[in-house]
Amino acid sequence: MQKPKLVYSTYIRSTPKDVWAAITKPEFTRQYWGGMTNVGDWKKGSKWEHHNPEGEVWITGKVLESTPPKRLVLSWADPDNLADKSRVTFEIEKMEDMTCLTVTHGSFKTGSTMVKKVSGGWPRVLSSLKTFLETGKGLNIFCK
Amino acid sequence: MYRVIDAVFKALADESRRKLLDQLHKSNGQTLGELCAHLDMTRQAVTKHLLLLEDANLVVVVWRGREKLHYLNPVPIYEISERWIDKYERHRLQVLGDLKKGLEENKNNKPNKKG
Repeated sequence: MQKPKLVYSTYIRSTPKDVWAAITKPEFTRQYWGGMTNVGDWKKGSKWEHHNPEGEVWITGKVLESTPPKRLVLSWADPDNLADKSRVTFEIEKMEDMTCLTVTHGSFKTGSTMVKKVSGGWPRVLSSLKTFLETGKGLNIFCK
Repeated sequence: MYRVIDAVFKALADESRRKLLDQLHKSNGQTLGELCAHLDMTRQAVTKHLLLLEDANLVVVVWRGREKLHYLNPVPIYEISERWIDKYERHRLQVLGDLKKGLEENKNNKPNKKG
């Protein structure tokens, strides 16, 4: 197993089912991911896409593993640079009255430009996701 | 909620622990041995500090076989920034917004010299 590059985690006062829905349903992602949406049927082998508010594809990939509401593994690439493929794993675990969401982004190709693109973004997205689920309001993640 | 924030502030209030986070920022996913090699601290001290950082969720552990890898998790720092920085920043922006609105309203209420 290759050493993952980026690992992020947040404890959310919510249920695994709601955290799964917040990641996989466009009507939710749009509210905390700066208007971006995740689109797909989330079945193993299916294609998934990350769209900007105008509906343009920013990230594309395949669903590599899907165990709702516990584990989702996606391949991740810029549609203009499909060779620079990496892998994102969402792990959702219930811990007493909280849910722990861990996002691991790894399997980057040598010389990948994706690490730089995402390493500032994930903490903001996860922090905004937590606020969205706990208060019903996402943060403006692009304002900083 | 406050207990989580307390843990983060407590974890960040120590120079050795901030050094550990800086080490992980330089090279993410280090073992205890690797971290010790770069720091002037005993193995026991590093272990103790790492536990506190894990409690505050500033460090996340990933097991690779029998190797325990430590990752810097900046998410709680963003959460604090939202709670303690953005809130005041927003207030300042609101004040500027009100000032602008007030000035513009005054301008509109100015008697028309020509009229």
